Amino acid sequence: MEALLASAVGVLTAAGIFLILRRRTFPVILGLSLLTYAVNAFLFATGRLALNAPPVLNKYEEVAYTDPLPQALVLTAIVISFGMTAVIVMIALGAYLSSKDDRIDMKAHDSVDAAPGEDA
Amino acid sequence: MNHWIIAPIVLPALLAPFIIMVLRYHLDLQRIFSVAGTVGLVGIALTLTAQAAGGEIQVYELGNWPAPFGIVLVLDRLSALMVLLTSLLALAVVLYAMGSGWDKRGRHFHPLFQFQLMGVCGAFLTGDAFNLFVFFEVLLIASYGLMIHGGGPVRFKAGVQYVTYNLLGSTLFLFALGTLYSVTGTLNMADLAVRVADLPTEDTALLRVGAVLLLLVFCIKAAVLPLHFWLPASYSLAPMPVAALFAIMTKVGAYSILRMYTLAFGPDVAITQGLAGDWLLPAALVTLAIGAVGILGTQHIARMVAFAAIASMGTLLIAVSLFTPQATAAALYYAVHSTLAAGLMFLIADLVIERQGGRIDGMTPMPQSGLIATLYFIGAIALAGMPPLSGFVGKLLVMDAARDAGDFTAIWAVILVSSFITIVGLARAGSLIFWQSHDARHNNEPDPENEDKVIHLPPPEPMPVLTFSAVFGLVAGLIGLTLFAGPLMEYTSSMAEQLYTPDHYIDAVLKGGEQ
Repeated sequence: MEALLASAVGVLTAAGIFLILRRRTFPVILGLSLLTYAVNAFLFATGRLALNAPPVLNKYEEVAYTDPLPQALVLTAIVISFGMTAVIVMIALGAYLSSKDDRIDMKAHDSVDAAPGEDA
Repeated sequence: MNHWIIAPIVLPALLAPFIIMVLRYHLDLQRIFSVAGTVGLVGIALTLTAQAAGGEIQVYELGNWPAPFGIVLVLDRLSALMVLLTSLLALAVVLYAMGSGWDKRGRHFHPLFQFQLMGVCGAFLTGDAFNLFVFFEVLLIASYGLMIHGGGPVRFKAGVQYVTYNLLGSTLFLFALGTLYSVTGTLNMADLAVRVADLPTEDTALLRVGAVLLLLVFCIKAAVLPLHFWLPASYSLAPMPVAALFAIMTKVGAYSILRMYTLAFGPDVAITQGLAGDWLLPAALVTLAIGAVGILGTQHIARMVAFAAIASMGTLLIAVSLFTPQATAAALYYAVHSTLAAGLMFLIADLVIERQGGRIDGMTPMPQSGLIATLYFIGAIALAGMPPLSGFVGKLLVMDAARDAGDFTAIWAVILVSSFITIVGLARAGSLIFWQSHDARHNNEPDPENEDKVIHLPPPEPMPVLTFSAVFGLVAGLIGLTLFAGPLMEYTSSMAEQLYTPDHYIDAVLKGGEQ
């Protein structure tokens, strides 16, 4: 179980970082999604792995329970990363449609010279 | 409980959706409400500062849940000052954005602006590490919208890069928080401090990894080299009033470093001793050096000011990384100064860009050249740290505080040499833009390479009174900062004292419910 989860986090992170280093926006966004999956699985494990245990205390008897806080954190992280992915997809679409170009890097003259006044 | 503490978060959080849903098509009403909200925020921040000035640390328990279990907001002198600084800068920026018509060039400027204020104020006030992450996301998601305000292909591209970089930072933040939680079992900052101090010293590798990851995240926010790559493009391609507001965002990173590494991983904690300072100091020195070289090397005024912002973060973090009360007091003074100065310079850069495009090559003359040149001169003096303005006082305080540090020769050398390079760079840009300008038609043939990207300037702003009152307001702030440097320095010293006695903070948070 531990080995499975650890390798899953590792593989997802590695694949995510590889994709983020690509030159077009689509793989980069996929890479960001993979990274957020990795971090969600990682956060889940920070409360220690427990099988078949409820995330609530039982006040009538002593039973095993799993830490509920990481689950709440993961839920927050999922919501935030989902929203952020939606935002970056929209911005990337805007960039693609306005410049007819899907590249994530900028040409030299884009960054230095004309931009702020030109597109105002 | 003192309900004023949550007011800086609730006010913009209610105002922004109200503007979106009710005032969507009424720009005039949006402006009125946005300015009224920002003025209200200034009032709230003044109240909070007055309440915190006595030195009592106040705690606001959300939902009345006691501290390690619920989320708390904590008001101390430092957070009150940062909220006040945010609100004052925001007031200048919103007035400028209205006066220059920037808020008309895209939709939803004012709601995004208010959400941004909510996130920044929340980050300054929260006492919970995960809540800090949430407020970081709030301020970031608003900043994504503000950064691409007005649109345009280049700005969108810079926006994609900016969002990507910050999403990576957020992921790293979550990894850091997960690591810390797995070791300590808590995310409340005060509780974290208690647990970290109690940990056995043998088995702490994981905790130190978490602490360094967290430092990296804050360094991304503070644009410390080598994690600064997002800043020059995004600040120089964002609308300039937005970039002026972003001057406070890098300070959120510096504030978080200061908060976490005096409270939870403080200088007295054996496990993480020297972890932050040893790494941060060289990085801050290189940041300052690169920022100064960047000022000299750029061809566009917006990019130049962005590098000046990086350089000022370098100076600020040199003072932070020393982790002594005296250096921290100097850092806080410098933080106030550099926020106002960078904000002022971004606004002046916008005045220049609106009139002649902003390229540092002395081609086109512009209207109101004398007035803007004077303002540029004042801003440059403040930013470079020359007498008589507050930048000089700030740098002097930082250098004085560094005198007792081990490698003070390196610190002094870097600060002095980079100040010199900054002065040369700003003077070069100023003289090219304001003195060497002559009509391009008399000069030379239009450059065939650049012919297709002739700059189409927008019409001059409808309400110059507002733009200039915002700019002069910031100038007045800088002058005030210089005149009242003594009392302010005493106040920042008392803040630093509060930061380096974390027991008061911990007691206030963890025993808050019982009082």
